[in-house]
Amino acid sequence: MIGAILQTSFRSLRRDRGAFVMSFILPIGFFTIFGFVFGSMRGSSTPRVTVLVVDEDQSAASQSLVWALEREPSLDATTHAKATKDNPAPAEYTAQTAEAAVRSGDAPAALIIPAGFGAHPIAFGPGGGQQAKFEILHDSADPVAAQVVAGMLQKTVMMSLPATMASVGSQYFDREIGGLTPQQRKQMDAGLARLKQLQDQQDAQQNPGTQPGKPSANNADDFSGFVAVDVKDVVGEKKKSPMISYYAAGVGVMFLLFTASAAGGSLLDESESGALDRVLSARVTMTTLLAGKLIYCALLAFAQLTIMFLWAALVFHLDFFSHIPGFLVMTAITSFAVASFGMLLASVARTRGQLGAFSTLIILTMSALGGSMFPKFLMSNAMLTVGYFTFNSWAISGYQKIFWRDEPISSLGPEVGVLVSAGVVLFVLARWFARKWEYT
Amino acid sequence: MMQPKLPGLVSGMADSQDHKGVLRAEAEPLRVDGMVKRFGAVTAVAGVSFEIAPGACFGLLGPNGAGKSTLIRSIVGRVRLDAGSISIFGKPVSSDKARADLGWVPQELAVYPLLTCRENLQAFGKYQGLHGKVLDDAIAWCLEWAALADRAGSPVKTLSGGMKRRLNMAAGLIHRPRLVLLDEPTVGVDPQSRNRIFEMVEALRNEGTTIIYTTHYMEEAERLCDWIAIIDHGQIIAEGTKEALVARAFGSRSSVTMHFGATRVDLAAWAAKRGGTAQGETGQAGVVLFSVEKPAEIGDLLEAASRDGLEVLDVTLQRPNLESVFLQLTGKELRA
Repeated sequence: MIGAILQTSFRSLRRDRGAFVMSFILPIGFFTIFGFVFGSMRGSSTPRVTVLVVDEDQSAASQSLVWALEREPSLDATTHAKATKDNPAPAEYTAQTAEAAVRSGDAPAALIIPAGFGAHPIAFGPGGGQQAKFEILHDSADPVAAQVVAGMLQKTVMMSLPATMASVGSQYFDREIGGLTPQQRKQMDAGLARLKQLQDQQDAQQNPGTQPGKPSANNADDFSGFVAVDVKDVVGEKKKSPMISYYAAGVGVMFLLFTASAAGGSLLDESESGALDRVLSARVTMTTLLAGKLIYCALLAFAQLTIMFLWAALVFHLDFFSHIPGFLVMTAITSFAVASFGMLLASVARTRGQLGAFSTLIILTMSALGGSMFPKFLMSNAMLTVGYFTFNSWAISGYQKIFWRDEPISSLGPEVGVLVSAGVVLFVLARWFARKWEYT
Repeated sequence: MMQPKLPGLVSGMADSQDHKGVLRAEAEPLRVDGMVKRFGAVTAVAGVSFEIAPGACFGLLGPNGAGKSTLIRSIVGRVRLDAGSISIFGKPVSSDKARADLGWVPQELAVYPLLTCRENLQAFGKYQGLHGKVLDDAIAWCLEWAALADRAGSPVKTLSGGMKRRLNMAAGLIHRPRLVLLDEPTVGVDPQSRNRIFEMVEALRNEGTTIIYTTHYMEEAERLCDWIAIIDHGQIIAEGTKEALVARAFGSRSSVTMHFGATRVDLAAWAAKRGGTAQGETGQAGVVLFSVEKPAEIGDLLEAASRDGLEVLDVTLQRPNLESVFLQLTGKELRA
């Protein structure tokens, strides 16, 4: 008896070849995506934190530090914006331009090397000196970036300024232990000279034509690392929970995609039942029918996202009511794009089984790459680039602009352009594939 | 290709009066002219032509795979023809006017199962361009006609099979078309519901609606249709009134149906030698249809069967009917 049930089930599965193949491809495909996203984190494409570096000191020591930061594998440090056709030689970041870049989401953090760093580069031990404080400007939507930059700064200072380290350490020793004997002092000075020579050679290689710095020791009141750092939130400093709008959009769009796919699937049900034939034999054209279904899907998606954000406002105190115009724009275009996507999936699939398999694979993949499942700051740059081909990424980006960065509606140009264009293209494709339903 | 002589039809045009009472010629409700449809190497419909007179109930019969479904789907504009044309009241089937004049009741229960009867009728009415009071009146008429007024608010999934069938019919008539295509409207319903459906069809006929009716039940065609066409291998092989078809096939002769047990004799050849038509394959039980002038001829057939080692299970003598004609012409029973 059970054998007959098994036989019937397997035969049915085998008859729907699309669904049959997808039932095996789906887990492999999704596993591969996860492998790329997380597996690569140990390799050369480890997610790097982008940091904008502003050198207000312009000393040899600060230039050594910038050079070392630029070569730090876990950082993507840059001192100026990328060259473009319009601006082939962009100016170096200043504190103001770097802060603006962080505010607009170009980078999660900026590091300001203060004037005077070269004169008093590091502190050794508590009460070490008067060195100027570094400043890290960061977007708290990425809670990892500021920590990584601060940690890497300490490491880089230690690695890039060995002679300064030893010199200041020696002064710390003199101060705390009571000094060296003359012979020990002589040997110490000889060793420091060798280290200084080594550091100068390194500087000369890194920055040909510049004079090596001559840092001197200083004392700091409290030891909080070799350099003192102030971390300042420049985005969302007054907001309660940085990731709420991110996940309201991310999770919302992911489920919207499933809803759109299911709603589009009603076309397959109606085709199966004969209702589609009957509708098309009336005074309804295929284009009209698809447009009607598209609007239905889009309205459903709009309602879902609205409820999602209202819930976020109610439970997580998202400031929804101050951002309604931007929300309406983002929700309208996201709903349209997602609905077109649902229409396309339904018109490509031949059976409900195929539609289920296709949509699950594509939606989970888009959600993983687009930031709906894991925060974007956990992804490598390569994966972030791939993420630009997903609705999720553009929708999250737009909602973050509105709810997190408090940007005006006019800043949504790229998101509106991409999502509306994608919606139009997908709908045209859906109409083309829907020819199969028009005539026998 | 055979051209039917339609009752009351002169030169393919019917007379009708317009709203001012002026007598004028009107195009026939349906005209199929040299229709050909191929699917790859298979020719589903091979040059079919016929016309239907106003107010007629036109029965379209054919065995499975005869091309009947393709013809029906072509009439409702769901098939691109390879050759020929189809017009409804003189307009191409794809035109809005033709769509407004044609009502299609598909064989499948093509309604929305989660909607109520009224909501379904509302949806299909709007698809046909009805709005406001016209739509409300049409819904009321449909519910009354289908005897579903007391279930207007019930979701389709809660209805009995017969009620669903009646709603399926009502949805095809919501826009009160002048030509209605009923594709096996009684499939899977109980006898009581079937009678109700017959009454609905007869009501339509009495109102002067032209009807195309397909069925696998010969008694339905005999009861409802005044003109019958039989299609096989993509062609109309016979058409006319029931009486004309019987007379043409059998004259004054009666039909004899003989059922045989399993045999190694080639039943088709054996039947053909004696002027009969056989069903079934060699080595299996089969049915042979003969036409005889006199009942005494049955004795000769029984003797021949006995001589050739055939086991006769049953012999029936009857005046030929539509079923006999169908079997005679197609070699198949209608419900086979």
